[in-house]
Amino acid sequence: MAKHVVGAAKDVPPGERLRVDVAGTPVVIYNLGGEYFGLLDRCPHMGGLLSEGIQIGLVEAPKPGCYSYDRAGEIVRCPWHGWEFDIRTGKSRFDPKRWKTRPVEVETAEVKDAQTIDVAQDGLNIVVTL
Amino acid sequence: MPAPPPGAIDCDLHPAVPNLKALLPYLDDHWRDMVVQRGVHELDSISYPNNAPVTARQDWKPATGKAGVDLDRVRAEALDGFRTDLAICNCLYGVQLLYTEDMAYAFARAVNDWMAAEWLDKEPRLRASIVVPPQNPDYAAAEIDRLAGDKRFVQVLMLVMDEMPLGRRRYWPIYRAAERHGLPIGIHAGSSYRNPVTSVGWPTYYAEDSAAQAQAFQSTLSSLIMEGVFAEFPDLKVVLLESGFAWLPAHLWRLGKFWRGLRMETPWVDRHPMEIAKDHVRLTIQPRDAPPSPEDFERLMTHFDSDEMLLFSTDYPHWQFDGDDALPAGLSPALAEKICRTNPLATYPRLKEIVA
Repeated sequence: MAKHVVGAAKDVPPGERLRVDVAGTPVVIYNLGGEYFGLLDRCPHMGGLLSEGIQIGLVEAPKPGCYSYDRAGEIVRCPWHGWEFDIRTGKSRFDPKRWKTRPVEVETAEVKDAQTIDVAQDGLNIVVTL
Repeated sequence: MPAPPPGAIDCDLHPAVPNLKALLPYLDDHWRDMVVQRGVHELDSISYPNNAPVTARQDWKPATGKAGVDLDRVRAEALDGFRTDLAICNCLYGVQLLYTEDMAYAFARAVNDWMAAEWLDKEPRLRASIVVPPQNPDYAAAEIDRLAGDKRFVQVLMLVMDEMPLGRRRYWPIYRAAERHGLPIGIHAGSSYRNPVTSVGWPTYYAEDSAAQAQAFQSTLSSLIMEGVFAEFPDLKVVLLESGFAWLPAHLWRLGKFWRGLRMETPWVDRHPMEIAKDHVRLTIQPRDAPPSPEDFERLMTHFDSDEMLLFSTDYPHWQFDGDDALPAGLSPALAEKICRTNPLATYPRLKEIVA
């Protein structure tokens, strides 16, 4: 698989996310405490955009009424029906074996050579050709 | 349409308190006086009005008075009549309707002592549920503790419509006591009439009221699951009595759908509600819903994805079927055996104990 440069790491600090199209595939990239994780930006349920979902912590309960909360921001809820996905694995909380979204490998790297892109002037507009 | 195989266990039989006078010997002195001084008359619920046809099958109805009051008739019609090995008596009397906790407690004790003396002592095939006052769960738990040593009491009896949904923590002392003694909670159709019997208000006709019991069971089951009763009491079983059962898969599919989106609100619900129900919830088969054909019934069974949830019942003397047609058409012999014996024995561990 080809590697694609999708942005500058400094533009996605911890806690932030970035929504990009990679060769036509919608991807959402999350920075969790300095580590980057990517998910296919399509909920496996009905196709909602995970990139528009809120990020919450992992809520569990040793018993009724006792809430534990950790891993703040590491669970994304689909904005459509509220399904929760673990950003680190793509797996749903309620049925991790059956329901998951595809993780996308994300890495940071220093790109030494600047890419040249064709730029031309077309009347009053600047036009980029990829 | 089939009769049950011999040796069945009838999980819902209704001996009736003939009248208040019959309970007087079993009331404390104070409450016996109060009944007389206050002019308390019969504590019959409107759940089964005495003249409604459903209240007693024509051939089980005495010329005068209530059905289900005569032990010899119960023996002949309900026990010998269906060749049952054991039957669990669920006494429907107006204990849950009372507005005083103390009086409800007194009447619960009286009903239970009456049940032991007038029925269990006289007929070895009978077992019974412990009637408790839900008005005060601490009293209810105390009543469970008082009677749990008598192994002929195999269940705790509540009504599906009380002051609030039964999953609320207010009721947990009852569940804690029941679990401690290995007693399932039997939740029977009926109401303490603190609220309308449908969620949209009072209905006009009896058919509406009867059909709406299933709504109450749905809401109650949601409450038990979502409030975490089965997480808090992992060994507790709940038996829905006169609930119907065709609604259960569809309702739990629906509840499960919302649970998927709102899991973080009830993180103690750690698996799909249908999976929880398969482990903890049982339902009696009378009155059965009426799928139009045996094929429809078979298809319904596939929706349950379990052959362990249904329990045989006659609902004697209520008029739910004619003749000995107590089982739904469309049951395989293997499933009939499970419903009539295996499942009741697995649900009520005390049925396996030999009673001295």
